[in-house]
Amino acid sequence: MSLLPTRLDPDDPQLVENRNYQLRQLADLHAEHAKAVAGGGPKYVERHRSRGKLLARERIELLLDRDAPFLELSPLAGWGGDVAVGASVVTGIGVVSGVECMIVANDPTVKGGSSNPWTTKKIFRANEIARQNRLPMISLVESGGADLPTQKDIFIPGGRLFRDLTQLSKAGIPTIAIVFGNSTAGGAYVPGMSDHVVMISDRSLVFLAGPPLVKVATGEDAEPESLGGARMHAEVSGLADYLAADEQDALRIGRRIVARLNWVKRGPEPQPPSPPRYDSEELLGIVGADLRVPFDPREVIARIVDGSDFDEFKPRYGASLVTGWARLHGYPIGILANAQGVLFSAESQKAAQFIQLANQSSTPLLFLHNTTGYMVGQDYERAGIIKHGALMINAMANSEVPHLSVLLGASYGAGHYGMCGRAFDPRFLFAWPSARSAVMGPQQLAGVLSIVARASAEARGQAFDEGADQAMREYVQRQIETESMPMFLSGMLYDDGIIDPRDTRTVLGLCLSAIANAPVQGARGYGVFRV
Amino acid sequence: MSIDFGTVLVANRGEIARRVFTSCRRLGLGTVAVFSDPDERSPHVSEADHAVRLPGSSAADTYLNLDRIIAAARVAGADAVHPGYGFLSERADFAAAVLAAGLVWIGPPPPVIASMGSKVRAKQLMAAAGVPVLAELDPGQLTAAQLPVLVKASAGGGGRGMRLVEQLDQLQAALEAARTEAGRSFGDEQVFCERYLPAGHHLEVQLLADSHGTIWPVGERECSVQRRHQKVIEESPAPLAERIGGLRERLFDAAVAAARAIDYRGAGTVEFIADEAGNAYFLEMNTRLQVEHPVTEAVSGLDLVEWQLRIAAGEPLPATPPPARGHAIEVRLYAEDPAAGWQPQTGPLHGFEFPGVDACFRPGALRLDAGVAEGSEISPHYDAMLAKLICHDADRATATRRLAAALRRARLHGPSTNRDQLIRVLTDPDFAAGNTTTAMLERAELRGPLLGPELERVAAAAAALTAAAAEREQATVLRGLPSGWRNVCSGWQLRSLTGPAGRHDIRYRCGRSGLDIQGMPDVRVVSVTPAELVLEQAGMHHRLTVTRIGDQAYVDSAAGSVRFSSVPRFADPSASVRAGSLLAPLPGSVLRLAVAAGQPVTQGEPLLWIEAMKMEHPVTAEADGVVAELAVAAGDQVSVGDLLVVLAPVQQPEQAGTNR
Repeated sequence: MSLLPTRLDPDDPQLVENRNYQLRQLADLHAEHAKAVAGGGPKYVERHRSRGKLLARERIELLLDRDAPFLELSPLAGWGGDVAVGASVVTGIGVVSGVECMIVANDPTVKGGSSNPWTTKKIFRANEIARQNRLPMISLVESGGADLPTQKDIFIPGGRLFRDLTQLSKAGIPTIAIVFGNSTAGGAYVPGMSDHVVMISDRSLVFLAGPPLVKVATGEDAEPESLGGARMHAEVSGLADYLAADEQDALRIGRRIVARLNWVKRGPEPQPPSPPRYDSEELLGIVGADLRVPFDPREVIARIVDGSDFDEFKPRYGASLVTGWARLHGYPIGILANAQGVLFSAESQKAAQFIQLANQSSTPLLFLHNTTGYMVGQDYERAGIIKHGALMINAMANSEVPHLSVLLGASYGAGHYGMCGRAFDPRFLFAWPSARSAVMGPQQLAGVLSIVARASAEARGQAFDEGADQAMREYVQRQIETESMPMFLSGMLYDDGIIDPRDTRTVLGLCLSAIANAPVQGARGYGVFRV
Repeated sequence: MSIDFGTVLVANRGEIARRVFTSCRRLGLGTVAVFSDPDERSPHVSEADHAVRLPGSSAADTYLNLDRIIAAARVAGADAVHPGYGFLSERADFAAAVLAAGLVWIGPPPPVIASMGSKVRAKQLMAAAGVPVLAELDPGQLTAAQLPVLVKASAGGGGRGMRLVEQLDQLQAALEAARTEAGRSFGDEQVFCERYLPAGHHLEVQLLADSHGTIWPVGERECSVQRRHQKVIEESPAPLAERIGGLRERLFDAAVAAARAIDYRGAGTVEFIADEAGNAYFLEMNTRLQVEHPVTEAVSGLDLVEWQLRIAAGEPLPATPPPARGHAIEVRLYAEDPAAGWQPQTGPLHGFEFPGVDACFRPGALRLDAGVAEGSEISPHYDAMLAKLICHDADRATATRRLAAALRRARLHGPSTNRDQLIRVLTDPDFAAGNTTTAMLERAELRGPLLGPELERVAAAAAALTAAAAEREQATVLRGLPSGWRNVCSGWQLRSLTGPAGRHDIRYRCGRSGLDIQGMPDVRVVSVTPAELVLEQAGMHHRLTVTRIGDQAYVDSAAGSVRFSSVPRFADPSASVRAGSLLAPLPGSVLRLAVAAGQPVTQGEPLLWIEAMKMEHPVTAEADGVVAELAVAAGDQVSVGDLLVVLAPVQQPEQAGTNR
């Protein structure tokens, strides 16, 4: 037992200020989540309900085990773009009949549940999570197909949806489709490619081409029901395995299908968890608006790991990166957390060793980001900071234990890479509302541009326009600030969601449990280390 | 002289059998139980030294079958028979048969039983002895001025065979009904009429009489709180006798005179009906132990069963009875639904606990005499009384308060009971004032559940939230995570239950500050476990304990207890098919029909044929019935699950004598 101490003083005005800042950010986040929940807005929600239909999230709620947690993924997909926040689909991990499943539900109140490019990206991400973690996939289908004005961005890559489904099946990951309404053209292949298909009497309509297109293509007059109705598919075509009486019945059948999967998790069993010794509420006071103010990540670790029990590795070496072992909801993890922002050679070497140790013991890794990158400057270059950074990135990139990343504060430059940024495929990546991520800080980036421009002007012998430079710097700084914001990055699907800092333990516990559906096995070989 | 018999058979069941066994055991006497088939696992059976089976379940085959009972006594080696109350307890022929078999009869001599067995004759005897009686009225001569009257079975007791007549035109039906019931219950159809006191006081005197001429009036009881002419709450001393000077002495004198007139022996009770002014009239004499004898035992300190045994053995009573101490109240807890006309309830008794009880079948501050125990099955064959709870304290107010509190604290999980009604009566101002009359339970407000709709909803929330906690504890994955956690909040968790006030949809979710219950913004959930919910409302903590058995949830709290059935989360679509529906077993076309609508059919009879893939598949009747609906015609295409025919059960012809 190595209980982490805390130095947080609840009366510290800085803590209070940080907390108020995080709460303001969370209020903004909830407002954006509410937009996603509102779907197509009151008019379309009302119309949908008037047809006796449940909303996408209501369907999910009925599918899930009662009172079991549900982690919605990418809720802000498409944020800041010209599509509805959430991208007309709900994805997430929930428990169905005691089995953790990936659930993908079209939101038919948004343009009839049709898919835009963000929809497909969001579903791709869900499919990837299902594949990596071996989560049975349940599609709650009601989609008018592609959002035709965006077809050029959707048609060619969209085929992956069907490839993903059948490849999940081949990998032994069951796929279940419950069809609530239209599932036309490309959409028809979702049930077509799924292992188990439920359709609903007088509701489900599944065909390659609807009556108008059939008329145009072949001249045939066809009634929708006889062309692709649930009864037809259950009794004639055999596309439907189960014929449900209504939506509730369909979800009941879906739950029974999962109950009969005889699903066995292949990862390790968790030990009985114990709560942290410190209040998770205090997580709001740790990171503030000004990311130049460093914070001790141990204060975060103490509030998310079992019993606040943390065995630190190499505490006296490379102090700007905290490494150590803990359990989270009973699952063993290794943690790498930036302490003073900058990664030096020592931190990089320490990280490389730690990651290899985690692979040796098949222990998943958690990266807690607050880094401005690897140290720059003559002395550091001469000491081989690139070599050492590469060492860390090599160890991390070739590590085969599951990785989890949480962006607490800064996540800039190659530091974002070294700490297992999105490009390095962590199993899950979440951001706190206080997180910022970009190639470098907005001020630095604007400053670099200014210096380059000044040098260029000088080289050409031109006078440097200080006023224009000031305006440019401000403009660039604002642009980078905007693009570093978590909502912007979340909208781009560069994370799996922005989370309330107080939920960090719950989110990570859910992810670790989901991860344990697949075997957890460390790498037994590595790339060439440049030492 | 001392007791000269060694083993007592109790020709009865339930709590009274256990009551008699308790005294027998204390006196070192052997005990023999008899039992019917439904009572095989009853406490009275397992408690006795020996138990003899009386095959069958009807009273006539078992506890009323005197030949079998006497045979049982022989088999088990009993040399004395105690009849308890009810069943054969007031049957002179049984007493005579017991004596003829050479066994000791714990009760008055057969002629005495016979003399009081006919109520008509008993009243004549009493009138002759100077005891005030209500005149017997000739049903043929009845006038409107004499109304209301009560029609009673001459051989009756326990309210059976009794009918109230308020209008002359009701008389004929009441007479017939009373005769039928009397015939069925007592084997004697004789009935009579007497004046009815609508809001009277039921008073009675407990007597002990030995064979040496000593007669004790062992205090009086008031048993005015009744439903359907059956006592529900009894107490001693009688509030009316406390209010009206000299009444007790008049009652005692009359009771002793009555006993002396018939040379009574053993324990007995003389019952009176009295008006508010204390004018008391002889009703009947019960030549046996009464259900409510514990209140007398409490205030007198006597063991009445012990004295029954001693008197039967010829022992003399001391010269004077012991003085009365304090006040005792008894409530009878029935498996019944007061809101539905006190309809008896049946089923398994899962929970049966009375915290604070300090005595069973013997005097105590809080005494429980129960014929059932946890796990008992309440059968429809016999009286639905579960237990008697008796409180004895220095004064009436304290005894009342303690008894009500004990009832509140009791855990009764199983069929509905009259507990709430008992608590309502005990806490009613009229009861506190001693204004208990036989009309009291006609007050509708005493019939409803103790928990109003608001509190019932809180209890429903407790049932829902504890069920959620129980399911979370059983979860195989993500058990340690917050219940119902969501990162994007869109709705509520829903659990639905049905309680006395109807359906409750409990919506709740786990918020940052704890559990929120929709529509209860002022309620804060303090803690929730699978068995208990603690919540805070207006600064007060309320603790509700929940016991779940199958789909039933029993919620107990200081405010009261209530039972819920949980509504299944998903409706089973097969349950929505109309009863008697025959559905197409395979797709095809209807080849031909063998029946028409309205036609009666017998089980196995083909109704129609479906042709599929050149095969003819008959659809046959699953049971006898009548074709209520023919949903298809020859040539129709049908799919699997399509409705073909609805069969209605055959109408039973109306049977004579059952139209009550």
